[in-house]
Amino acid sequence: MTSPSPTVQRVLHHRLLWPVVTLVLLLALNAAFNPTFLHVEWRDGHLYGSLVDILNRAAPLVLVALGMTLVIATRGIDISVGAVVAIAAALAAALIGGSLVVKDGAAADVSRFPMWLAIAAALGAALACGLWNGLLVARIGMQPIIATLILMVAGRGIAQLITEGQIITVYYTPYFFIGGGYLLGLPFALFIAAAVFALLYLAVTRSALGLFIQSIGINPAAARLAGVKARRLTVGVYMLCAFCAGLAGLIISSNVKSADGNNAGQLLELDAILAVTLGGTSLTGGRFSLLGSVIGALIIQTLTYAIYSLGVPPEINLVVKAVVVFAVMLLQSPEFRAEMRRLVFRPAAAGGAQ
Amino acid sequence: MSAVAPGQAPAGAAGPVAAAQPGTPAFAGARLQRRSLPLQVTVSLFVLMATLGSLAYPGFFSLQVFLNLLIDNAFLCVVAVGMTFVILSGGIDLSVGSVIALTTMVSAWLVEQHGWHPLAVIPLVLLMGTAFGGVMGLLIERYRLQPFIVTLAGMFLARGLCYVISIDSISIGNEFFSELSFIRIPVWGDATITLSALIALAVVAAGVYLAHYTSFGRTVYAVGGNEQSALLMGLPVRRTVIGVYALSGFCSALGGVLFTLYMLSGYGLHALGLELDAIAAVVIGGTLLTGGVGYVIGTLFGVMMLGIIQTLIAFDGTLSSWWTRIAVGALLFVFCLMQRVLTARGGTH
Repeated sequence: MTSPSPTVQRVLHHRLLWPVVTLVLLLALNAAFNPTFLHVEWRDGHLYGSLVDILNRAAPLVLVALGMTLVIATRGIDISVGAVVAIAAALAAALIGGSLVVKDGAAADVSRFPMWLAIAAALGAALACGLWNGLLVARIGMQPIIATLILMVAGRGIAQLITEGQIITVYYTPYFFIGGGYLLGLPFALFIAAAVFALLYLAVTRSALGLFIQSIGINPAAARLAGVKARRLTVGVYMLCAFCAGLAGLIISSNVKSADGNNAGQLLELDAILAVTLGGTSLTGGRFSLLGSVIGALIIQTLTYAIYSLGVPPEINLVVKAVVVFAVMLLQSPEFRAEMRRLVFRPAAAGGAQ
Repeated sequence: MSAVAPGQAPAGAAGPVAAAQPGTPAFAGARLQRRSLPLQVTVSLFVLMATLGSLAYPGFFSLQVFLNLLIDNAFLCVVAVGMTFVILSGGIDLSVGSVIALTTMVSAWLVEQHGWHPLAVIPLVLLMGTAFGGVMGLLIERYRLQPFIVTLAGMFLARGLCYVISIDSISIGNEFFSELSFIRIPVWGDATITLSALIALAVVAAGVYLAHYTSFGRTVYAVGGNEQSALLMGLPVRRTVIGVYALSGFCSALGGVLFTLYMLSGYGLHALGLELDAIAAVVIGGTLLTGGVGYVIGTLFGVMMLGIIQTLIAFDGTLSSWWTRIAVGALLFVFCLMQRVLTARGGTH
């Protein structure tokens, strides 16, 4: 036996190895059962195929998971993202509304308020939600799960207040571009997610921001003593997370051309946390990986796609996700790994040695 | 302050858990008062809202309206008692709502489609809920996993299992179940109470006993106060943590049985988001989210508080149902804030 070369070693110990392997396995599974899965073709002026579809549908989850990654890195959690998605979607839809006006024999688009105003209001509301969460956590010092629980409970009520308990339908074609339009042959939502990822990635790797966030997660007191503006940074991270959720809300509502205060973004917080966990970010704070979370989100979406295309009832999805969470959690637990090692290696060692 | 009498009796019993007892009785009294302050606020607020409601809406001030608070929230009350123990131990259980749904589903499925007798089904689902909670507790304790994420996965799993049984709602036409749900026990004059409400009250009483008069209860307080110290004191921490989640699972399953009686159907979407209501009830009832401080009886008031908000909004008629969520959120905020202020002051002393 020759020992593996350093490059192989590095690949084997890279922390994104398992997420990538999982994703590749899932893609292979899909491809095995569905021969046209990897097929991408140019149709109607844009790329068309299962892979594009997965990327498109994963965009909102990617956005939320990115924001959630940074929150979790500071040893926090934000379970209000689903409610923030609902609020942003409701506000945008309510402000745009729109009606089908037939002018000179052609349908013309009329919105209640200019679209930029509606989008700004929705994102502004999302930022305000983030500010609220951040202040509760950083200033008042509540446990993050409880602080965000408040908005999770009240947020759906606020969203329903905006939509007046109805499902608001949007009849304004330009708005549909955000979640359903195509740019350079690719879904526009993909560009939003990619831009946010690129900005965050640069900010985290090219400046000390990533280090600061990590230091807060590892030891908040020490970070503060070392001169990191921990409180301000924590508030900022929650605002960023809510902003991402707001963007996701815009994409979702524009994609389904309506806003439902009660159901928009339902269980999205759980999917986002799952994506972050799958990506190798430790839930106890500190170590984080933005790229890992993107891969995690893609894993979830590919899994969903696989479940649909294999003809398994989609409801099984929840059970599969639960099993995946349990497995990932156990694999992350040092106690479990130690126990497994004992189980696997002890008999082997006893049989193999001398 | 006579209104706090029910809270103070168990408080006195819980006192020894604070163990060392270094201070004079006067010191201990001041400490107790601070600890039970959230509960006092809840009870006062409840009385205030009941008074305002009675003054504002004719027909509000009747025994039946108040009994209905308990009747309509019996399942929530049972679940919240289990949740109180979990939160007292410093954990959280997000799976309660979905365990209720699973219980209704399994009950309906076995009774309606397999012809089982309800008396065989009910013990089975109670056992199932207890085992479900116990396994989650085992994972949390043995592998040092976060309760939040384990119970979250449990929530996915239980809801998913509902859909494995059936995607659609299964309605229950079983005579035994419908008879049970129609039982009315006269209380005073025309006012009546259901079997579910009585069970809920019994669970609260059992919870008070368990929390304040048994070694299990004291260990729960000790674990919530400081798990490390509890371990060093030689308390059975591991067994207690698993027991707490098993208890919560049992309470969820019992709540599920009551919910089955209430809705007479099994459905995977039943009790969606109930975990949040249960946590809210526990917090409003004065239990500290960091664990170690709180009263089971407070949870009863927390549930009644949520109930009276709904009732007030229903009586008003002009307010829409979503105001309930906003009001509950606001109330949650106020109580969390109060807890922070109280613990912060406690820390500096």
